[in-house]
Amino acid sequence: MCSNCGCSEVGSGILHGVASPHPSPLPRGEGTGGWIGSPLPLGERLGERGDHPPHDHDHPHPDRPHTVDIRERLLSKNDRVALQNRESFQSRGLLVLNLLSSPGSGKTTLIERTVSAQGNHAPRIGVIVGDLATENDAQRIRAAGATALQITTGTACHLEADMVAQAASHLDLGNLDLLVIENVGNLVCPAAYDLGETLRVVLLSVTEGEDKPLKYPTAFQSADVVLLTKVDIAEAVGFDRETAIANIRRMAPQARLFELSARSGEGMGDWLMYLRSQQVHVKQQPLAQVPQ
Amino acid sequence: MHEVGLMTNALAIALDYATREQASHIHQMTLRVGDLSGVEPEALRFAFDVVTQGTIAEQAQLKIESCPTLCFCHDCQAEFRPTELGYECPICQTWSTSVLRGKELELASLEVS
Repeated sequence: MCSNCGCSEVGSGILHGVASPHPSPLPRGEGTGGWIGSPLPLGERLGERGDHPPHDHDHPHPDRPHTVDIRERLLSKNDRVALQNRESFQSRGLLVLNLLSSPGSGKTTLIERTVSAQGNHAPRIGVIVGDLATENDAQRIRAAGATALQITTGTACHLEADMVAQAASHLDLGNLDLLVIENVGNLVCPAAYDLGETLRVVLLSVTEGEDKPLKYPTAFQSADVVLLTKVDIAEAVGFDRETAIANIRRMAPQARLFELSARSGEGMGDWLMYLRSQQVHVKQQPLAQVPQ
Repeated sequence: MHEVGLMTNALAIALDYATREQASHIHQMTLRVGDLSGVEPEALRFAFDVVTQGTIAEQAQLKIESCPTLCFCHDCQAEFRPTELGYECPICQTWSTSVLRGKELELASLEVS
């Protein structure tokens, strides 16, 4: 029996009661007046209410409780805006990074040093920074020489695609080579929100636990790049490099791994070279699939 | 922390479908939540009570179907459930992050009238 409208025809189970609940009529049982399956209690049977004789099902039954199968992602709206962002960035040949990490693992310092270390062939960099409050990070990045916009999220623990779209509309994207989005410091929620970035970059500093990739699998599984940061103080904090890298490799086998210290400059050369190669890649294929 | 935002999205989707169904009441909302979605079911329930106030879903029940993580080992061509310790295939002990299920975060169905 159809669980939605109580009739004995068997439909697809999807979106009953909308336009065409039972598009292809099925054979009806014999001896039941055209209805098969268990009869409803007296008075509930179709046609016995006096208000609803049997019919060919071309209208909904809004007055009776019925189930509507939906299966729509709660983040579907964000995903749509992220897709628009991605198309907008790709059409301009713009490389866009989404930086994810716990608070204090060195996102802002990495951006500062990425901006200031470029030399004569410096790419034009724009930065969108997300924090719950203050413009401190944007001010630091502006002082380093990049255009920076701060999004203060209030209580929200992550950036969403429409926040990025709005911020990006205030940037002259056509005159940028690289757009860096510094997400809110949090390894849980930002992992669920696509912003339309080209590359998702997850930072893990040596002051954090070596097992962090195991504790926050979603963030690391979605990473295109993992940066092991603050390696200049690894020894001082007793960091177990081998274990940390093994855990990163386990949870993010797809990701490029760089070990660096923005403060001392160690490893920054490889990181900057990688960024340049990705910029070239994106510029050469402005409308192609994003690089992984 | 973002459960209120997610539940607001869920309610918006539900109200949209309820309108299409010409429904005046939402009796039940069923969400499907994967273990890897980063969402806390109890926080969702709290958010549900808040965001549905004053809407046709105010009296609705929230049903949450949790989806355990399910991985796939390409070497063994077998599905397996990861343990607390990690994503190790119980047969060959290699690690696999090929996740078949566990990231779900969707409005599965509604009961309306």
